[in-house]
Order: sequence, then structure tokens, then C-alpha cells
Amino acid sequence: MPAFQALNRLSAHELAARIAAGRATATAAVRDCLERIEKTDRRLNAFVRVDREEALEEAGRIDRELAAGRNPGPLAGVPVALKDLFCVKGREVTCCSRILEGFISPYDATVARKLKDAGAVILGSTNMDEFAMGSSTENSARGPARNPWDLERVPGGSSGGSAAALAADQTVAAFGTDTGGSVRQPAAFCGVAGLKPTYGRVSRYGLVAYASSLDQAGPFGKDVEDLALLLEVIAGHDPRDATSAPEPVPRYRDFLQADPASLTLGLPSRDTLKGMDREVAAAFRAAVDTYAALGAKFVEVELSSLEYAVACYYIVSTAEASSNLARFDGIRYGRRAPGVADLLELFEKSRAEGFGEEVKRRVLLGTYVLSAGYYEAYYGRALRIRRLIKNDFDSALAGCDCVILPTAPIPAFRLGEKIDDPLQMYLTDLFTISINLAGVPAVSINCGFTGGGLPVGLQLVAAPFREDNLIRAAALFEGATAHHLKKPALDDR
Amino acid sequence: MSEFETVIGLEVHVQLKTRSKLFCDCPVDWGGEPNSRVCPVCLGLPGTLPVLNRKSVELGVRAALALNCRIAPFSQFHRKNYFYPDMAKNYQVSQYDLPLSADGFVEIPREEGSLRVGLARAHLEEDTGKLVHFAAEGFSGVDFNRSGVPLLEIVTRPDLRSPEDAYDYLKVLRNLLRTVEVSDCDMEKGSFRCDANVSLRLSGSEKLGVKTEVKNMNSFRAVERALSYEVSRQAELIRSGGAVVQETRLYDAASQKTFPMRSKEEAHDYRYFPDPDLVPTELDRVWIEEISAALPELPSAKAGRFQRDYELGFYDAGVLTSDPALAEYFETAARACANFKTLSNWITVELMARLKESDTPIESSPVPPEHVSELVGLIDRGVISGKIAKSVFALMCDERKPPSEIVRERGLVQISDESELEKVVEKVIGEHPGPAEDFASGKEKALGFLVGRVMKETRGQANPRLVNEIIRRRLSG
Ligand SMILES: [Zn+2]
Repeated sequence: MPAFQALNRLSAHELAARIAAGRATATAAVRDCLERIEKTDRRLNAFVRVDREEALEEAGRIDRELAAGRNPGPLAGVPVALKDLFCVKGREVTCCSRILEGFISPYDATVARKLKDAGAVILGSTNMDEFAMGSSTENSARGPARNPWDLERVPGGSSGGSAAALAADQTVAAFGTDTGGSVRQPAAFCGVAGLKPTYGRVSRYGLVAYASSLDQAGPFGKDVEDLALLLEVIAGHDPRDATSAPEPVPRYRDFLQADPASLTLGLPSRDTLKGMDREVAAAFRAAVDTYAALGAKFVEVELSSLEYAVACYYIVSTAEASSNLARFDGIRYGRRAPGVADLLELFEKSRAEGFGEEVKRRVLLGTYVLSAGYYEAYYGRALRIRRLIKNDFDSALAGCDCVILPTAPIPAFRLGEKIDDPLQMYLTDLFTISINLAGVPAVSINCGFTGGGLPVGLQLVAAPFREDNLIRAAALFEGATAHHLKKPALDDR
Repeated sequence: MSEFETVIGLEVHVQLKTRSKLFCDCPVDWGGEPNSRVCPVCLGLPGTLPVLNRKSVELGVRAALALNCRIAPFSQFHRKNYFYPDMAKNYQVSQYDLPLSADGFVEIPREEGSLRVGLARAHLEEDTGKLVHFAAEGFSGVDFNRSGVPLLEIVTRPDLRSPEDAYDYLKVLRNLLRTVEVSDCDMEKGSFRCDANVSLRLSGSEKLGVKTEVKNMNSFRAVERALSYEVSRQAELIRSGGAVVQETRLYDAASQKTFPMRSKEEAHDYRYFPDPDLVPTELDRVWIEEISAALPELPSAKAGRFQRDYELGFYDAGVLTSDPALAEYFETAARACANFKTLSNWITVELMARLKESDTPIESSPVPPEHVSELVGLIDRGVISGKIAKSVFALMCDERKPPSEIVRERGLVQISDESELEKVVEKVIGEHPGPAEDFASGKEKALGFLVGRVMKETRGQANPRLVNEIIRRRLSG
């Protein structure tokens, strides 16, 4: 089949429109994706599980629904890939950890249920850093995923598998979770669009938790319209998640057309943006120029608390993680260490053998910062800094529609380059982490390429529940540029 | 005065009477197959989240109001982290520095003036699962039916001064919680659990001594016995020059002693922190006032009213109001009765002894309250004697019939016909001339003997007051 006809190359809204109009079938779309996965995933390792039979069966069901004149929903027949931490009934969920090997979820995550209800077809689970802890998808019990733009480089993380799968057209849409940048940073590294909603916008029910007060599920899309469409489907209040917000969900696709003159962007001071790679800085400046040329207005914003964000994040997130991951003990599900003599040994060995290095590092760190005598000095103080960061964003966003930032200070790095230097790895999340601490929404879109052909991400940040502003600003940029249309040259052999 | 003063504080966990668990929709019940009332949430499966059940908050507030606690307008759940296989998540969701309520008190009524027991706090938390050991097969299982069941933990200040105080406190507490209908408070079913902290100090000293925590007590009596044992153990230890070690001890009901728990499970750093999955609970003042206004009459007020309205003594009023069902029983009976004192005696003495023998709660009494009123009426109207009434009551319990029917069926009506009784008196005097002469010559004691013979002749049916009169008239002429 000639490449221009392959349905897996389409965006979600294009595919959904074709299927709804009877010009394509869900089954054909799923087959095209499966074929692409077959051809490319030995090199990418983006998927850790492909549910071929289930996907084809579901696609067949949707085609029959359509043939019978029923409307199976706004994503009818659209193949999607889910990060390996979304619980889907009857399917194994491992978070790419040995400790969860063999855990079959008896229930659907709310996001998974909403996708099913909208007619999406789940292709399988994508690779990730174990329990979402990492920025490169190298911390995976299933081996690292690779970047489709350069197989020697990482796809970013922790939702690296989803980003890589989408960039390589193995799927039409993908989902990840973003705790400190885990959707936006891999989106930037892989040259796709990724959105982290406001904390509480999307239900966390059924997402295996890393850091509960920071985690948000978000979509990866081939363009901004896809992000709007996918967010409409997954957003909304969930009675099963006490932290989910009651705010009504607007039709985000209504904000794709924007008047540039009505857009005010907040530009952080030069100081805030120090430490950026030269080529990333150039692409970022070019993006600012593009907005200026379109007629957007700019104001300077102060985000001085940003320099404490990384330290604050690694206290808050690890504290929560140390408690969230306590349930993985080898007793009720997952992998149990063999040949143990007593209960304590069962706990210790199951966890020692089941968790990888980075997870152990963060659980230890989190246990330490919550310990008697240290709580105030670390956790208590981190909560106060978190409040300052939130205030910084509140005041910055009071004077503009979106703050504009690079997504990551560097483009995709080589596999193994930072894996032995956790601090260097943590700094790659410098510009994304503070957004999770503040709980505000942000989007990453492709804003160009380095000389070596690696994509660079542009980040837009909006006030809580103003995802409409993200869509407006991102769509405006996308309409004036063609970066998002470029595909990696993964040969199909 | 003893050389030591006993200092006791109690921690009571009561299970709240909600339909569903604290953070999920699973039903709250007792018994049944292991793991038959579980869902992904209370099993702590990956990805699940807790959502607070408003009814537990309402019951918690109701209890806190009855316990004179200050209700916090803003409370929060924390995670208490420790590894134990009966916990689905290896942390327990409980309240820590922002509890639902604090600073309350309970009054133990005493004739000489009530004893006030301070309460530090009353807070909500989730119950854990239960380990089931299969010794023969060599493994243990976990039953999560109880996991996530709402508990209210009520912590006293160290205000109790004896094991008897502790016993009385538990009775008063249970009565209060049952009255406001927040818990069944059934120790056997585990809906009421008590741990105790106990220490000794030299009489007159202000400084608290080293305490031990006593667990595993399965009845109020067991609490009292365990504490008595622990008090004498500590006293002997100190007297012999030893020192009390701060530790947790388990009570063994068979030997009525306490034994130290393995110390390995002691040194916990629970690493409490606010549960990020739950939002803080903010309570509306108006809502609290509505709950307060809807509270039923509390036991202390009820006891006062019983003393006033039914002219009962302190003791009787206390017994009758020691349990809401018992108080209701009395009030139902009292509606059809004019002699409250006698009614109270029949209920608190005869009926309660009978119920205790068969371990029956008042709610399932074989004798309905109306029948007791009727019995008291029969006595008061002289239809039967008090003595006959006791046999009638026994029959009422066994046959579950109204007393009038029993009296009629068995011809137990009291003989109050003077001419009939005079004949019997003549006969008894004729048969016992000695005692008759003794009485006639002033020996009052002989009267009792003669009345007794008459009663025997009439198989207890003679009206004893009338027999008395007739004998006096006949022999003092
Ligand atoms: Zn449940």
C-alpha cells in the first residue's frame, strides 16, 4: 500500500472524519498501525504490549456499529496507544516495572473508559520510565525506547514510548501522564504536540500513581486540533477522583481559530532562560519572532522562584512516591520474590528485586524527607516553596494569556549520556517541573529543528482551566509554520 | 491512701454505622465469606483513589457533639505509613494534626458528683483488613472485608484513676454512642475496641510515670481485669526497685495477665503526611448546627428527667438510662403504669437478671414492656401478692403470655375474702396452740410463723396484709 494512503499517518481528527464519512474503516486503520508497529518497533521499542486481537475485534465492532448507522463517538475507529500505567480491564499493566509483572487490571481507568466510550481502539501499552520516574525512558524494565528522529537518542520520558510511537506513525493518537514534564518533554524530543492539563482537569482514577498531587494524564497529538479533540474526550469531573475538578469542559476545538492581535504572551526574563542549549535558544527566539510577526503582544514576566523548582519537585514527588509505591510488596499481586523465609524477607526481597535503581533512589529520598525530625526541614519547606511558585505563575498569568517558554533546555540526548548522572538528568526538566508544582496547564508544540535534525519544543503555559488559551496560542503558531508536518525518516525495512 | 496513684488513658475505636465503607461503595457488614465485600479501592489496587463518604463525617460529627468535642471547621486525612500485610496500601488513611474534633469530655455520673473524663480528640480513620492464619497448611491469608470500614477513634486524656473508672467510662461512652446511633458498639463483633495506657506515680506527684500500652482486651470486664493486673504488676516492680519499661503488652484472658508484645513491631516512624488523594474536609457551621439540633436526648439529661418525672432515685435512674433500649423499654412500660418505683424494680432486678442469665439484649426481651406494667398493676390492685407475682413473672418469661392470662388460667388470684381467710386462721390456730399463745402473750415473732402457715395453707394466695389483721384481731381480743 502506498505510504500516502496509509491511515496510520493521518491525524486523529482527519481519520475520525474519514471513518465517520465511510471513506475508511476502523479495521483498516488498526491494521495499518499494527503493520507499522510490526515494521518499526524492533528498533523503537515504543510498545511493551500490543493487543492485536483485542484491537482488531474492537475495530470490527465499531465498523459494524457504523454500518448499522449508529454513532460510536467522536473518536470512532481511531487507534490510540496508552502509557503502561493506564489500567485497562483484563489487560496487564506493569508501569514497566518487574514488580508488577503479571498484574491484570480488573477495572478500567476513567480515561480508558472515556476513550472506549468515544469509540477509540486501544492498540496496546507503551514504554515508559519505571513508574514514570525518569526523563529518557531508559529506566524501563523492558529496555529503553528510542527516538524515531535518531535511534541513538532517547525519546524523552517518562512517556517516551507514547511520544515515539506517535512520531513514528505507529499510532494515530497516544496518551501519557505528566508529573514533572513527562508528556511535554518527550513531545518536544519527538516533534509531536503534547498537553498537560490543569491539575484536576482529567481524572487520575486508574492511573498508577507516581506523585498524586502532580500527576495529570494528557494527550499526544500530531497537531493542535488533535490535542483539542482528545482533551475534550478525556477531561471532566469524575466522582471516583476527589481531586478532579467540577468545572465544565468547553469544546476546545472552538478555539482553533484565533485573532493574533488578541493574544498577549508573557516572556520570562533572559535570566530565567539561562542554561539553554544554543540551538534550542535560537529556535525559541525564532518562535517568539513568529508570534511577534503575527501581531501578538508581549509582556515581560518574572518567574524568579523557578530556580527552586527542581529541588522542590524532588522533595514533594519523592515523598508522595515513597508512600504510593508502598503497596507493591509482592503479597497481593505482581511479582513475589521466590524462596523467602519470613514476612519481612518477602517485603524486602520482592521490593529489592522488583524495583529498578531510579525507583529505589526516589523511594529512599522520599522516605528520608518524611522522616521524623526531617519533615519540616524538607517536606514542610518544599510545600511553602511550592506555594511561592504557584503565586509566581498566578501573577505572571494575570497579565497575559500564556507564558511562553522552551519545553526542554536541550534537544534529545544520546542513550546512556545522562543515565549515570541523575542530577544532570533532573535538570532536563527545568522548564516543565514548575508547571506541575503550580498545577497550571501547558502545551508543547514543535517549533523547529536543530542542525542535526532534532525537533525542538515550544511550551505555552496558561492559567488554571484556561486550556482554551493554550489551544488558541498553539493553533496560531501551527497555522503559520510547517514544523509539525515533518516526519522522521524511519525507513520501513 | 495508697502510695501510688494510677493514671489511665483509653483509646477506643468504634465502627461507624454507615451503609458503605469510608472511601468506596462496598457495604459494611459483619461475617460472610472472606473478601466478599471488596472492590479495587479497598483492596488498594494500583491506580485506585479514595473518595470520602459524607455519611461517615456526619456520624463522626454527631458522636463528637455528644462527646462535647469542638468540631474542626477544617480537617484533613493523613497517611500513616507502615508495612503490614493486613493493609492494602501499606499505609492507613487516618487523621493526624487536623482531626475532625478535639477537646471534649464525658461525665461519669456518681452520686457524690460526676467524674469528668477529658477527651483529647475524636477522629476518623479507615479500618485495616484481618489476617487469618492457617497453621496446619502453614500460611496466612488476608480478609479485606473490614478494610476501609469507617472508624472513629476516641482518645481520652490521662484522667482515669482506677480500673473501675475505666470500666465506668467505657459503659458511659458506649451508652452515649448508642444513644446518638453512630455505632452498635458491639465488642464481640469488633465494632468497639479498646486499648489502654497505664502508668503509676507516687501519690501527690504531678509527673507522669512510664506507661505501658495494653491491647487485646475483648470485653469491658477484660479491660478492668487487665488494668488491675497491670497496676499491681507495675506497683510490685517499682516496690522491688525495678523500673517500668515503656512497651506494648497483650492481655491474655485465660491467665488474666499481660505479656509483652514482640518489641520488633515497636519502633515505627509512621511518616505522616497529608493524603494528596483527598481534599481537606471543610464543614459548614449551619450543617453542624442542624446535626446538633437533631441529636436525641443524651443519657445524663435522661437520667435527670427520670429522677424528676418518675421520682426515681439516682441509682435506679442511672441503671435505666445506661442503655438507650432499656430506657425506652422503661418509658413504654411507664405509659401504662402508675407505680414507677415498683415498675423500675421489676425491670432492673427481675427482668435484667433474667436477661443476663440467657445473655439476651433488652431489644429481644421475651416480656414486652406492657406486660410488666400489667403485672405491677395486678400487685397494686391486690389481685396477686408480690410473692405470687414472682412465679407469674417466671411464667411470663417462659410462656410469653400477659400476666392476667397466667393468673386467670392458674387460679392465682389472691384471696381477700375475709370470711374465707378467717376459717383458715381458725384452723391454723387450732393446729398450733403454742405459737398462738406466744403471740397472745406479747411475742411478736410468733405472728410471722402463723402468717406463714396460713400462706402455706392457701398455696400463697392469701392476701398477707389481711391475714395479719385477722390474726391480730383474733388473738389480741
Ligand atoms: Zn471497596
